[in-house]
Amino acid sequence: MKGKTAGNKQPTKGPTKKRAATKAKTKLWELRLYVAGQTPKSLAAFANLKGICEAHVPGCYTIEVIDLLVNPQLAKGDQIIAIPTLVRKLPVPIRKIIGDLSNTERVLVGLDLRPLQ
Amino acid sequence: MQPSGIKPQPIGPGGRLVATVRKKAVKQEGLEKCPTGIAGLDEITGGGLPKGRPTLVVGSAGSGKTLLSMEFLINGATKFNEPGVFVAFEETAEELSKNVASLGFDVQALVAKKKLAVDYVYIERSEIEETGEYDLEGLFVRLGHSIKSVGARRVVLDTIEVLFAGLPNPAILRAELRRLFRWLKTMGVTAVITGERGEHSLTRYGLEEYVADCVIFLDHRVTDQLSTRRLRVVKYRGSAHGTNEYPFLIDEHGMSILPITSMGLAHEASMEKVPTGIPRLDKMFDGGGYYRGSSVLVSGTAGTGKTSLAAFFADAACRGGKRCLYFAFEESQSQLMRNMRSIGLDLAKWTRKGLLMVHSSRPEVQGLERHLVEMHKLIREFKPQAVVVDPITNLVKIGGQLEVTSMLTRLIDYLKSEKITSLSTSLVTDARAAEAAAGVSSLMDTWIALQDIESNGERNRGIMIMKSRGMGHSNQVREFNLTDRGIMIADAYLGPSGIVTGSARAAHEIQEEAALIEQKNELDRKKRELERRRKVMQAKIEELKAGFETDKEELERLAGEGKEKESARAAQRGVMARMRMAD
Repeated sequence: MKGKTAGNKQPTKGPTKKRAATKAKTKLWELRLYVAGQTPKSLAAFANLKGICEAHVPGCYTIEVIDLLVNPQLAKGDQIIAIPTLVRKLPVPIRKIIGDLSNTERVLVGLDLRPLQ
Repeated sequence: MQPSGIKPQPIGPGGRLVATVRKKAVKQEGLEKCPTGIAGLDEITGGGLPKGRPTLVVGSAGSGKTLLSMEFLINGATKFNEPGVFVAFEETAEELSKNVASLGFDVQALVAKKKLAVDYVYIERSEIEETGEYDLEGLFVRLGHSIKSVGARRVVLDTIEVLFAGLPNPAILRAELRRLFRWLKTMGVTAVITGERGEHSLTRYGLEEYVADCVIFLDHRVTDQLSTRRLRVVKYRGSAHGTNEYPFLIDEHGMSILPITSMGLAHEASMEKVPTGIPRLDKMFDGGGYYRGSSVLVSGTAGTGKTSLAAFFADAACRGGKRCLYFAFEESQSQLMRNMRSIGLDLAKWTRKGLLMVHSSRPEVQGLERHLVEMHKLIREFKPQAVVVDPITNLVKIGGQLEVTSMLTRLIDYLKSEKITSLSTSLVTDARAAEAAAGVSSLMDTWIALQDIESNGERNRGIMIMKSRGMGHSNQVREFNLTDRGIMIADAYLGPSGIVTGSARAAHEIQEEAALIEQKNELDRKKRELERRRKVMQAKIEELKAGFETDKEELERLAGEGKEKESARAAQRGVMARMRMAD
């Protein structure tokens, strides 16, 4: 997972100042991906997520990966049951997307990214 | 995906618990059981739920599923040193602890002591978008974490069916649930999974498919506007269990189930006797009263003094320092106390001393089974040596004859097995009728019939002992009176038309007394006569004696005179000889 430490907030690609300035209406997409170990499903979900974000909201998103095997207590906070679960913390309202994010259409609906297209 | 790397917890920090578990395993050769600590349930299941396996608790809404599972956990934490995890899918932890607080469970204290973990799992379908393959590893992780945090041996999932409504793709869910239950087994925790009752299958989502070791069914039925909760063990793999429906009660102390129908006739008979409270009645019973642990039935028509007889029995028990529980289905406590004061019985002092407990309730308040459960509960709590049910016939109002009979059979069996002497009153229309006591006379060891005796324009009360197993007893019909000094049992008088009662008896008594006085007078007269005759005899003796004395004196006088004459004559002869100069 590209060496990201689980539970640590580490933007994959922080919004650059330039992009933020040019796009007045830019929203910050704060995403949190819950996984349990580096399973194929988790890896697929991460890859899918990254691809979608890059394609639709490049530069204005953060992905935080939380490995529940390392931090099981974090599952309670976001009411995680299914793995993998993607939680959109921002923009509000909070949305949850479960599954390996292979269905791009549904991910876009879930993240409310359609209007940007 | 493999289950998360959480190892089963060791049983306890010390070897003590491990040792007890091993001992139990030796004792029960079959399946190891995990005691629930719920009154009655362990008896039905022969020791508890299958240890280390999941149990399914099914019931419709409001049937007590959550309560049963919560009590299972709390008892585990407090009584059996087995911490537990409660996974709530329907209520938040706060709601849950508030809800069960009314039943006397302090969830928060247990959570604080790390004896219990409550995890609220919230699923909202509208917030969730499914975008591909997923699994329930999150749930596993959470559960595993909770189990680890308290070292849980017991787990409750209430109710996991919410997942079906909250998550898409049932196929994945089913596979995951199967994995979950398998995982729980490998964790070695005893799990209770609750499920909503389904229309065609046992549960709405067919959970019974996965949890096949033990299924408990809870029911909440309404008959004749009275509701009764019932519990049934539908299946219990690898163990014998009671198969009947057992009524259960939820009250301020939690849940209690009555395994009454499992009782046999194995109680021991006591030779000890307990007083009836009426000395004359004790005498009628071979001089001691009722046998301890026997069942006594007092039947009679209205106003024959059944309650008074029962009250005296209660009073005698309390007087002997025993506890007595009085179930009054007709009168309130104060009414009973007032009425009994009028016949010289102060029951209030026993209630103050805590020896007497009067439980008044209308039979219609609740169902028959509920009455029975409540009575059992009170008996268990109060631990009386004597119980009065006044009257049992009022219960017929709320149930059929068959039901009442079976309920009373259970109650009496229970009382006998606990060596509690019971006295039940029964209102009848005909004191001698075979069905006099709601069909339970054959269950009773002793049957006292009270009856009206109407004669000479009076109505009086008669008491007789119809039967008394294992002891000789009076065969007389006696009259008894309720006076301000208690119950007086009078002597029996037989008149030309049966026993004589009331004023006729009083008249009879006066007559008898008069005869007695007459007899006494006669005797006195005879005595005086004899005395007089003795005096006459004495006088006669004196008279004869006097005559005899006179005769004797005469004889002596004559004898004296003869001698004098003789000597005079001799002297005369001497004189004459001297004169004649004779030689």
